[in-house]
Amino acid sequence: MTVDKLQEILGLTYLCGEESAPQKQIDGCYCGDLLSWVMSRAEAGNIWLTVMGNINSIGVAVLADISCIILTENAALDDDARKRAEENEVVIFTTDKNAYTMAAEISKII
Amino acid sequence: MDPIALHYDVSGTDFTCAGEASGKIKKALKELGFPTSITRNVAIAVYEGEINMVIHGGGGVIDAEITPECISITLTDQGPGIPDVSLAMQEGYSTAPDNVRQLGFGAGMGLPNIKKYTDEMVIETEVGKGTTIKLKVFVK
Repeated sequence: MTVDKLQEILGLTYLCGEESAPQKQIDGCYCGDLLSWVMSRAEAGNIWLTVMGNINSIGVAVLADISCIILTENAALDDDARKRAEENEVVIFTTDKNAYTMAAEISKII
Repeated sequence: MDPIALHYDVSGTDFTCAGEASGKIKKALKELGFPTSITRNVAIAVYEGEINMVIHGGGGVIDAEITPECISITLTDQGPGIPDVSLAMQEGYSTAPDNVRQLGFGAGMGLPNIKKYTDEMVIETEVGKGTTIKLKVFVK
């Protein structure tokens, strides 16, 4: 499944990266907020559920080949993080749901 | 092909720059046609090294040498050194300050992650003088 399809099915709200969503292929999902932990455990193509919306999260997403970030519970995206994400074509969504609820919804469709 | 040499300076204070060198090395490897698994492993290992340089090392330099068979990376800082390397290699052991933890780092995964994503890792460190980490990822 591609990231734009995920957005359609779950009704997620884009924060950035909408134009590159059709090219991003999803393979699994990972939840976590400790960046080194995520980088160690997440797999290429994973959707990443987190509350960390800082510039270093974007670095992790790019280096670990994450398919998209979903910022859960309306967690904020820093301005410099948004800029870095746009430069690197990282897709970021926001949701008011928590990681558990979001992951449960995702598990039904991927 | 002749080995390709890349060199990057890492700022000792600016977290927003951390990831630049690893991002550039990843891009260079992609353009050279290395498989995704190799570029990802090298990028993650170098990123952890960059973060360590910012948190602990007061900045430093990263040198990469790329051949079709092997990617060699050397990370050098003139920071405080690592008093107990075996302790620092344990997952979960961290000396990172609180402000760093608030950014999502300091989980004690840096050096273990570097080892996990490389084929060879050698740490040369001296307290008060600095640390050099030499990495190799072989292209199988």
